[in-house]
Amino acid sequence: MNEFDDVVIDIQKLSFSRGDRSIYDEVDIKIPRGKITGIMGPSGTGKTTLLRLIGGQLKPDAGSILVDDENIPELNRSDLFSVRERMGMLFQSGALFTDISVFENVAFPIRVHTDLSDDMIRDVVLMKLQAVGLRGAHNLMPSELSGGMARRVALARAIALDPDIVMYDEPFTGQDPIAMGVLVNLIRRLNNSLGHTSIIVSHDIQETLGIADYIHIIADSKVIASGTPEELRQDDSPQVKQFMHGLPDGPVPFHYPAGDYETDLLRGQG
Amino acid sequence: MRMRILEISVGAFVLAGVVALVGLALNVSGLNLSNSDNTYTVYARFENIGGLTPRAKVTMSGVAIGEVADITLDRDMLMARVAMNIHGNVDFLSVDSSASILTAGLLGEQYIGISVGAEDENLKEGAYIEDTQSALVLEDLIGKFLFNEVSE
Amino acid sequence: MNQLALLGHAALSKLAAFGRAGMMLFQSLVAKPQPVIMFPLFVKQVYFVGVLSLIIIVVSGLFIGMVLGLQGYTILVDYGSEQAVGQMVALSLVRELAPVVTALLFAGRAGSALTAEIGLMKATEQLSSLEMIGVDPLRRIVAPRFWAGFVCLPILSAIFALVGVYGGAIVGVEWLGIYDGSFWANMQNSVDFYDDVLNGLIKAVVFGFVVTWIAVFQGYDCMPTSEGISQATTKTVVYASLAVLGLDFILTAVMFGEL
Ligand SMILES: Nc1ncnc2c1ncn2[C@@H]1O[C@H](COP(=O)(O)OP(=O)(O)O)[C@@H](O)[C@H]1O
Ligand SMILES: [Mg+2]
Repeated sequence: MNEFDDVVIDIQKLSFSRGDRSIYDEVDIKIPRGKITGIMGPSGTGKTTLLRLIGGQLKPDAGSILVDDENIPELNRSDLFSVRERMGMLFQSGALFTDISVFENVAFPIRVHTDLSDDMIRDVVLMKLQAVGLRGAHNLMPSELSGGMARRVALARAIALDPDIVMYDEPFTGQDPIAMGVLVNLIRRLNNSLGHTSIIVSHDIQETLGIADYIHIIADSKVIASGTPEELRQDDSPQVKQFMHGLPDGPVPFHYPAGDYETDLLRGQG
Repeated sequence: MRMRILEISVGAFVLAGVVALVGLALNVSGLNLSNSDNTYTVYARFENIGGLTPRAKVTMSGVAIGEVADITLDRDMLMARVAMNIHGNVDFLSVDSSASILTAGLLGEQYIGISVGAEDENLKEGAYIEDTQSALVLEDLIGKFLFNEVSE
Repeated sequence: MNQLALLGHAALSKLAAFGRAGMMLFQSLVAKPQPVIMFPLFVKQVYFVGVLSLIIIVVSGLFIGMVLGLQGYTILVDYGSEQAVGQMVALSLVRELAPVVTALLFAGRAGSALTAEIGLMKATEQLSSLEMIGVDPLRRIVAPRFWAGFVCLPILSAIFALVGVYGGAIVGVEWLGIYDGSFWANMQNSVDFYDDVLNGLIKAVVFGFVVTWIAVFQGYDCMPTSEGISQATTKTVVYASLAVLGLDFILTAVMFGEL
C-alpha cells in the first residue's frame, strides 16, 4: 500500500451493516488531498453508502472517519453542518430541489452560506452553469430537464461554493458521449485549478481509470485492491482482473447473496 | 409577482381569521367588553336553588343586569348562598329588594329575577338580599297539589 | 409465546417511533431563530396549508351549519322552542364541530399533502442534499411547515364556526322563519366568549399541533419509496383523525365536564 504525504480523509477500521448484512467490515481507506480518487465496485456493494458515511448522514457501527482530524461520527449536529459546508456532493439521482428553478438550485448554497449581492450571485451561478454547458437552461424547472441534464445542474450546485472536497456519485451514468467527455474534462480541470480533492464513485471503468489518480476497488465488504490506474491494470489477482475486464464469472460475485440457484428454481416444482 | 399574490392572500387569510374571531365574540357570544370589568357583588340565600347554575342571568323586569358568579352552601344557615355580579351602572337596587329564582318557559333554564323595594338606601358591594323566594320545584308542586286534593 | 413477543416488538417499535417524533420536533423547533430566512418560508407554507384549505373549510362549515339549523328546527319545533335553534347551532359549532371537523378536514387536505411532499423530498434525496449543503432540513423544511399548520388550524376553525353559524341562520331565520331577534339573542345569551369560544379555539390549537406534528413526522420518517410514501400518507390521515377524536374527548371532559 502506498503512503500519501497528505491525507484529507482517513477512514480506519470502518464497519457498517444494514440489518444482518455487512456492508463494510473493518475497512481502511485513505483519500489523498488535491487528488482525484476513484471508488469502484459492483453496484450494491456500498459505494453510495460510503459517501453518506463520509458526509455524516449515516453512522458507522464502529471505526472512525477523520476529515482533517475531525471524527465525523462523533461530531454534534452543528459541527457536522459546518464540516459539510466544505464538502460538495453530487447525488446519484441529482436531487435537485424540484420547487425552484435551475438558477435558484445553483444559487441555493451560495445564498445560504454567503452574503453576496444578487449581481454577484448571478455571475457565479451563470459561470457554474456555463461550465456544465447549461447556462441556457437557467430558467427551466428541474422537471423540464432530462436525467443527464439534471445531473449536470446538480454538479454545478455541488461546486457552487468551491468546496474543498467534492464527492461525485456515478457522475457518468446517463450522459451522452459528448457530455461524458465534457464532464471528465470538467472534473479534471476543477481539480487541477482549485486543488480540490475529488472522490468519484463509479462503475464506469474506462472513464474512472482515465481520470483518477488513485483507485480503491470495493467488493464483499472489503477493499480488494488499491493503487494507481497503472498498478491496477497490471494487477494479477483474479478478483481485480475480473473487475477490470467486466467478466461476469469470477471471484467477485455479480449476484446479490442468494441460495443455490438450482435449488431455488426446483423448489417451485416441489 | 407570484410572490406578491402569495403574500397578499396569506395576509387576507390571517385577517379573515381575526375577523372570524371578532365575529364569534360579538355576534355569536354577545361579548360586551364594557360592563364585564365594572361589576359589584351582592349575595342572596335561598332554601332551594333548583337547577340554577353559575353564569345564569340576573334580571330585573326581564332585562339582564348581571349574572350568577358562584353558588355555595352556607354552613351556618344551612341554605344555598348565591353570589351575583351586578353591572356597575345598575346602582339603584334598594336594600329591601327581593330575589326569586324563575324559570324561562315551562322547562327552560333558571335565572334570578330581582324586584326593587321602597327603601331609599341601595345595595352595596357584599350586601345580602334578605327577601328571597326559592325555585319552584315541580315535584313539590305536584306533591302539594295531591296533598290538597286528599285533605279536602 | 411467539404472539406475545410479536406484540412486545410492535409496542416497542411504536414507542421508538414516538421517541423519534419527539426528537424531530425538538430539533426542528429548538434552535436559534433566524427570522429573515424563516419568515418567507413560513408565509409560503401558510399559503399552501391554510389559504388553499379555505374553500373546503368554508363550504363544509356552511353546509354543516345549515344541516344543524334544519335538524335543530325539526326537533325543537315539537316543543315550541324553535327560538333555541340559534343557541344549539352556535354551541355545537363553537365547542365541538368547528375544531373537530376542521381538524379532520385539515388532516385530509393539508396533512396528507405535507406528508407526501416531505416524503417525496426524502425519496428523491432532496433532504439529504440539503444536509450536505449544510442546511438542516428539520429547520428548513419541517419547521416552517409545522408552524404554518399550527397557526392555520385555529384560523380555519374560527372561520368554520362563523360561517356555520351564518349557515344555520340562513336556514333557521330566512327559510324557516324563526324570529331573528330571538334567534340571535338566545344565542348570545347562552354562548360565552371565554367558556365556549376560547375553549373551542384552544381545542383547535391543540389539534393543529398534533395533526401537523403527525403529518410532518410521517413524511420525514417514511420509507423513501413510492410505497413508503403512500403508506405514510394513509397513516397521517388515520393517526391524525384518531388523535383528534381521542383528544377531543379528553379536552371536552376537562373543559366542559363539570357542566
Ligand atoms: N435505506 C436502506 N435500507 C436498507 N438497505 C439499504 C438502504 N440503502 C442501501 N441499502 C443496501 O445497502 C447496499 C449498498 O447500497 P449502495 O451504497 O447504494 O450501493 P452502491 O454501491 O450501488 O452505491 C445495497 O445492497 C442496498 O441493498
Ligand atoms: Mg450507488
